[in-house]
Amino acid sequence: MKLIESRLTMTITYALLGFLTLVTLFPIVLLVLNSVKASAEIVQNPLSLPSELRWDNFTRAWDDAGFSSSMLNSAKLTALTILLVCSTGSLTAYVLARKKVASWKIVTFYLLATTTAPIQLFLFPLYFGFARLGLINNVFAVALVYTAIWSPFAIMLLRTYFLAIPKELEEAALVDGATAWQVFSKVMLPMASPGILTVALIIGLYSWNEFLISTTFLQQQDHRTAVVSFFLLSGQYSSDWGEIMAAALIIVLPVVVLFVALQRRFIEGMAGGSVKG
Amino acid sequence: MHRLFLVPTLLINALIILIPACLTVVLAFYSWDGMSSPRFVGFGNFVRLWNDRIFWRAFENNLIWLLIFLTIPIAMGLLAATMLLVAQRGRTFFQVIYFLPVVIATAITARVWQGMIFSPATGVFGYLQDLGVPVINPLTKPSMALYGVATVDLWHWWGFLCVIFFAALRQVPQEQIEAAKIEGATFFQMMRHVLLPGIRPTIILMMIMTVIWSFLVFDFVYILTQGGPAFSSEVLSTMAYRNAFYDLNVGQAAAISLIISLLGLVATFFYIRVQSREGDQ
Repeated sequence: MKLIESRLTMTITYALLGFLTLVTLFPIVLLVLNSVKASAEIVQNPLSLPSELRWDNFTRAWDDAGFSSSMLNSAKLTALTILLVCSTGSLTAYVLARKKVASWKIVTFYLLATTTAPIQLFLFPLYFGFARLGLINNVFAVALVYTAIWSPFAIMLLRTYFLAIPKELEEAALVDGATAWQVFSKVMLPMASPGILTVALIIGLYSWNEFLISTTFLQQQDHRTAVVSFFLLSGQYSSDWGEIMAAALIIVLPVVVLFVALQRRFIEGMAGGSVKG
Repeated sequence: MHRLFLVPTLLINALIILIPACLTVVLAFYSWDGMSSPRFVGFGNFVRLWNDRIFWRAFENNLIWLLIFLTIPIAMGLLAATMLLVAQRGRTFFQVIYFLPVVIATAITARVWQGMIFSPATGVFGYLQDLGVPVINPLTKPSMALYGVATVDLWHWWGFLCVIFFAALRQVPQEQIEAAKIEGATFFQMMRHVLLPGIRPTIILMMIMTVIWSFLVFDFVYILTQGGPAFSSEVLSTMAYRNAFYDLNVGQAAAISLIISLLGLVATFFYIRVQSREGDQ
């Protein structure tokens, strides 16, 4: 769309957009800047440029936050969650999009309702139940919790992709004698793969960043995720903020790089899943 | 056959959400420390909450939070989104920047603001104090703690709304905008009579979601202030969490959870109505 505006309007617009850019970038710049500064320099002035680049912040952060095990845990948890959400979610999304069962309306309604259910509504019995079953500090159990929480969002998003696949494709396969499973796995799933990739990215982002569930269920040192290790490292009183910002950057950098590279997919997916239904 | 396709999703959902949620409803009427056997207390937990100053404080804070997030980020998002419509060059750049805080983990955002901005020792506020500027760390001041936390969440959140509103604004029919321009509408007239009505459904949906999310706010409060100082920034979800895991008063935590859910339920009803109407189209 085109709105040709006067010079004055354009100037004000860009000034305001620029101001919002500064506000947004300011904390991020502080994060990056101070991750390579000595602790004493940060105390003196958090805004100054580093007099020398302290790369050792990163190695100390890596050791003190136990990243060699917690990064691996985060990666495992993220991969497992993506796998579970995409596999179970695409099955359900397909059935709901094509109205394959009589109860599709009730199931859709129920899933929409659970997207808005507060975590606290089920957190406490779940925790004490898991504790009794010995599932605390279990990455797979946490992946199941994530799957339950984010599946409805994923299903609503995937549904729109299945809706866009022409009905004729499915009918042709059925005429050729394909079973319901073959239709789904050989015809529908490949067609919906862009949607599945989008869902994988967003669910991956969510589980990499998640805090409340992981801090509650993964307490033991060698079972913690990167974000929880970071939280504990940065909560100590004798804090070296150079080291803490270095740890933060280690967690954030891969996410930001991936986001900037695939921003269209991220934004459309996150906006689409919560808006279009 | 197709019914089997639903089994994994529904099974996981039942085990993780439905059954524990039902247990929460039951537990709200029991006194339980998480280990010994629960004792039925009727409405005891609710009566105690009714007489609990901290509960009302938390409830009030949730309402303040709701008011803040129904207005400021939505206004910011709408304003920036309309400006993106005018600014053809650099649109994608601005969108990506505004969305960045959304993809950064809440724990990290919280600590950056806490240590690098608000802290009197290591943050920008401390540096300004050294220069003689009278700023104080809002997180340690009871009258300001909640607003300090809200500032951080605002920074993290408004860009999401901006991007969603911008996507909706681009769907407003070109002819309407052209017609308004020919009739000489100013920017604000255009916004009021063409653009805002054009994206009304999106704004309403985001407001409903804000109502639901406002009663769920947890991460930033828990990390930045733990509800303190002196419960001044306590919200219902942090109070429930503290009750369950620190005071081992699981029954009362369940009662609070039930109240949070009931408050959100009204909004959920409207959310489902709006969503399923769009789904049918």
